[in-house]
Amino acid sequence: MRVTDMTTEYTTADGRRIGGTVMEMKNITLRFGGVEAIKNISFDIREGEIRAIIGPNGAGKSSMLNVISGFYVPQDGEVWYKGAPRPPMKPFEVAQQGIARTFQNIALFEGMSVLDNVMTGRLTHMKTGLFAQSIWKGKAEQEETENREVAERIIDFLEIQAIRKTPVARLPYGLKKRVELARALAAEPTILLLDEPMAGMNVEEKEDMSRFILDVNDEFGTTIALIEHDMGVVMDLSDRVVVMDYGKKIGDGTPDEVRNNQDVIDAYLGVSHD
Amino acid sequence: MFYREAGDFNTSYPEDSQTFPIKFDRWRYYAVLFVAIFVIPFLINDYWVNSIFLPFLIYSIAAIGLNILVGYCGQVSLGTGGFMAVGAYACYKLMTSFPDLSMVVHVLLAGGITAGVGVLFGLPSLRIKGFYLAVATLAAQFFLVWLFNRVPWFYNYSASGQISAPERTFLGVNITGSNTDAWATYLFCLFFVILSAYIARNLTRGSVGRKWMAIRDMDIAAEIIGVNPLRAKLTAFAVSSFFVGISGALFFSVYLGAVEVGEAFGITKSFLVLFMIIIGGLGSIFGSFAGAAFLVLLPVALKIIGVDWLGWPTDIVAHLQLVVVGALIIIFLIAEPHGLAQLWRVAKEKLRLWPFPH
Repeated sequence: MRVTDMTTEYTTADGRRIGGTVMEMKNITLRFGGVEAIKNISFDIREGEIRAIIGPNGAGKSSMLNVISGFYVPQDGEVWYKGAPRPPMKPFEVAQQGIARTFQNIALFEGMSVLDNVMTGRLTHMKTGLFAQSIWKGKAEQEETENREVAERIIDFLEIQAIRKTPVARLPYGLKKRVELARALAAEPTILLLDEPMAGMNVEEKEDMSRFILDVNDEFGTTIALIEHDMGVVMDLSDRVVVMDYGKKIGDGTPDEVRNNQDVIDAYLGVSHD
Repeated sequence: MFYREAGDFNTSYPEDSQTFPIKFDRWRYYAVLFVAIFVIPFLINDYWVNSIFLPFLIYSIAAIGLNILVGYCGQVSLGTGGFMAVGAYACYKLMTSFPDLSMVVHVLLAGGITAGVGVLFGLPSLRIKGFYLAVATLAAQFFLVWLFNRVPWFYNYSASGQISAPERTFLGVNITGSNTDAWATYLFCLFFVILSAYIARNLTRGSVGRKWMAIRDMDIAAEIIGVNPLRAKLTAFAVSSFFVGISGALFFSVYLGAVEVGEAFGITKSFLVLFMIIIGGLGSIFGSFAGAAFLVLLPVALKIIGVDWLGWPTDIVAHLQLVVVGALIIIFLIAEPHGLAQLWRVAKEKLRLWPFPH
């Protein structure tokens, strides 16, 4: 995945187009009481790219994701989205703006079937009011069918057709992760945030998940920002990598640049693998 | 064997998301509706209507309402009695203030007013959850009963402090007051039951229902997919109270005729409806009916068995009923938290395969 030119729009070696900046963190600082979880961090996410955030435990990666998705409001700094600073927002408003995410420890709706879970991802697209819904015939049913079609496309795409009507609580871990991805994808987000999509998976499941992430990016052109611990996966998947340590940014660039950055090697990859 | 779905294919999404996707289920549902509308009215007398059918129908509406709040949206409420009282008093005030309006309009408006009151008392749910919310709704229960006792305007300054339903007709037939026919009151209530069940089912299978269930299962995840928790919870309170209000209005006007608020809509009523949905099944429309039927029939059955067959004293049977209900609640909570509805589902699964084990 050699990058040719990164100053403006460019095409990656595998032929994906990377556009301009869609989201930019500007000098974000986040404190919990006396603890500075994020210290003055800036980086951008460009349209169509896979952007990884890596760092040792406690580096502030998840906090960063929580800032993006609106759970935490930073004390300093601004989040720019689509070329304008974003006012402080509730998480559901962020979601309505087209930012979907998955969680490190799965956050599915256990009492609902896989299909219903994926359909909840469509909620931001469903607008019929209470009254039309209670009549059902007509507008509500039509909207349901349209959104069901989108949900079914995602279900096909992630190859979970067979468990469509299974209650989520009955699924194994790996499949739950996939359903959660399906739910986030069903929202047809502009930016997809993945918090450790491969945590706790075996090699085979990791390969499957990597394939899905690449396919999602390729097929739908979704911008993806992901946190991951598996270095091999991160280096193979991502176009650009942000490295954090103790709340500070210590590296930013293509996987190769990051790999050769002395600070990063010291902080994270300190132990050489050969 | 008894229950087959072989050869029953759904070829479109609307077909797949209909209430009874299996043909057998669908026909059984039509059959039940047919019997309820065209057969039962010709067979029943006053005893059947007053001891079984009216309470069953009216409690079904209340149970559907509470099930939307507790079973679908996960917000525990102990204020059902209070909200039923709002429905009853709203209906009474409307009946006496606008005698010319149709009874259907009164009942629906009473439901609407209760929905408003429900939203008001649902506001704390944005800050508090679980047991604490239950206590907050308990406050609603006591406050509302106190209000209707203490403010004479609500009972039109009557000397007894009671409210009693004036005679009203619907399509020329008496449905409230003392000269009513069994079939007329039955059909009137049945109309609201079918309406409530239809609306409740449609709301719970669509996007509104998914918002409620998302809030119930994990509110943080619900927020992250774009559900406004404030709106979702308040719509649940509104819709739930709407049904509870309708049931309260019918309970007062059609079933009892005269009501003293503390007695008819006290805390025991809240618990009764809550027990109905726990025994019937949380998060299930069918469960609301099953629970209501069960708790309405239980005292009647116990009375027939205990008093009529075994000749026990009435008060012992009445106490026995409390023991049995209490024991059942505990048994259901431990053995089958999803209630009769889940037993029904399991039975259907088994019947699909019977007589083969797999």
